[in-house]
Amino acid sequence: MSVLVWIETNDGAAKPTSWEALGAGKIIADGYGVPLTAVVFGKNAAAVAQQAIQNGAASAIAADDATLEPYRLEPYAALLTKLVQEHAPKAVIAVSTSAGRELLAASAADTDSGLLADATEISVTDGKVTVVRPVYAGKLVSDAVSSGAGTVFVTVRGRAFKPLGENAGATGEVKTVAPALAEADIKTKIESFEAETGTVNLTDAAIIVSAGRGIANNPKEPPAGTDKPDVWKAQDGFATMIQPLADVLGGAVGASRAAVDAGYIPYAHQVGQTGKTVAPDLYIAAAISGAIQHQAGMRSSKVIVAINKDPEAPIFKMARYGLVGDIYKIIPALTDELKKRLGK
Amino acid sequence: MQIVTFTRSTPDTAAALTVGADGKVSWGGAGTVVNPWDEYALEEAIVQAKNIGGKATVVAIGSEMHNEALKTSLAMGIDEAVRVEDPTLDPNDGLAYGVAAAAAVQKIGDTALVIFGKEAVDVGTDWHTAVTARKLGWPLITAVSKIISLDTAAGTIKVERALEGGKQVVTSSLPAVISVSKEINEPRYPSFIGIRKASKAVIPTWSLADIGATLPGKTTETTAIRGLPVRNEQVEMIEGEPAEQAAKLVEKLFAEKVL
Repeated sequence: MSVLVWIETNDGAAKPTSWEALGAGKIIADGYGVPLTAVVFGKNAAAVAQQAIQNGAASAIAADDATLEPYRLEPYAALLTKLVQEHAPKAVIAVSTSAGRELLAASAADTDSGLLADATEISVTDGKVTVVRPVYAGKLVSDAVSSGAGTVFVTVRGRAFKPLGENAGATGEVKTVAPALAEADIKTKIESFEAETGTVNLTDAAIIVSAGRGIANNPKEPPAGTDKPDVWKAQDGFATMIQPLADVLGGAVGASRAAVDAGYIPYAHQVGQTGKTVAPDLYIAAAISGAIQHQAGMRSSKVIVAINKDPEAPIFKMARYGLVGDIYKIIPALTDELKKRLGK
Repeated sequence: MQIVTFTRSTPDTAAALTVGADGKVSWGGAGTVVNPWDEYALEEAIVQAKNIGGKATVVAIGSEMHNEALKTSLAMGIDEAVRVEDPTLDPNDGLAYGVAAAAAVQKIGDTALVIFGKEAVDVGTDWHTAVTARKLGWPLITAVSKIISLDTAAGTIKVERALEGGKQVVTSSLPAVISVSKEINEPRYPSFIGIRKASKAVIPTWSLADIGATLPGKTTETTAIRGLPVRNEQVEMIEGEPAEQAAKLVEKLFAEKVL
């Protein structure tokens, strides 16, 4: 009996949010009075497994094989399912990244187990795991409970649980296991990967600066003959005003659906119902009116700052600080002030 | 050859939702729409079925309310629609949904590709997508932003995936299950003729016995749904000239310890 926590890695290094999964896993492990075991697959697995022990796991299981790097669902799910069948854990936990979501769902399917997805709170009562999780695109929340029998799989929202903290002196057993599938049995092959460099991942970001459709009200004039002046103005605004503010803050750039649909910025930046759900410490909404679909994606932010020329914009109802005015005047002033104060 | 896709009716995205004393979710007078993520799956199913010279079939699992989404799908240009309903089948249970979905795909037969939208907004998960793939024993490729090639003769598919850190190109054998992201296409609007045709369509329903599915025991349960905790914010307006506003705001943010 144990609680297994999958530590997601990338090119031999743990994703920092994986330590949050150990924090979430500990709540369940303590609830059942069972040890917390980290599971690490891929390049450098044994070393990452040691790191997981220093970050709160009692022991770890590691599998390092060419078929396991980079991450692919089939070999990972086959091995995780095998471990679940061998260890009969009370729970399996991972952060709700695209890999974590599909891996736990697949292994839950293989073992006919339950899955509680995207938990923001976890407790164990009467031998059952209860979670709070968003439903209806973040407009409502639900309580969902496991049956208490067998294994329950739980994915946790990034930034919803605290890591356990690092103890460099912690020791524990690292058990090495072999992969469950040979390359010949794996139907999916990765042909190439093109990394997007220099951008901060929205869902991991502690600070997000987002802009809406009003970003097109750029006072700068596009070069003569520009096909879509509003697109030029908006893209220039993101590049020369929003990005510099995000850079000073070490944050990521977000956008409203209206800005994405207008072609002002790629979809990867969209926050809201059909985009990303984020929960940063600071969310700055520039020229975003705050439609209900956008709110669904950012309302869990700790501090919201709204900057909008319309004092009646709904975003002010959920903001802690409101600034009425032109983003093209306020944001550069804000960036300058922060540069001074942060010594950049 | 079939391309099979799944959809469901979900509350209008702009509607405010309330939870009644009975724990049921309602959305006032607002209607339902096709689950927003499914629009991309439906569009892709129509396009890919045409490419391979096959048929696109859409399946909904659950009560009659999902006929709305099925009719919209037909109006967009999906060839066939079917609904799976059974008193013992809770479509909000991802495990049960996936088991039934896999059985429905088997019954439809001759399927090259199953296409799901990214997730179902009502239950807020894509759990059922992975269950469907695993129960079929077919590979699952999520977050597909482009189908580069779909070759039913060679039995292969090549796709681009939009992942958190970048773009990945993956090949797989067919049949396969994919889920698609918003970047994959621009969903078409139903045509006037399509809407007229779809309004007359009679949608067959299949029971679990019809598709030969046996459900596993219930493993999770939703015990309560409620509104979000109120954001107890009294907005503090920061006045002045831009430079003044900026200086005051930065002061506040330092005090909040978010910088």
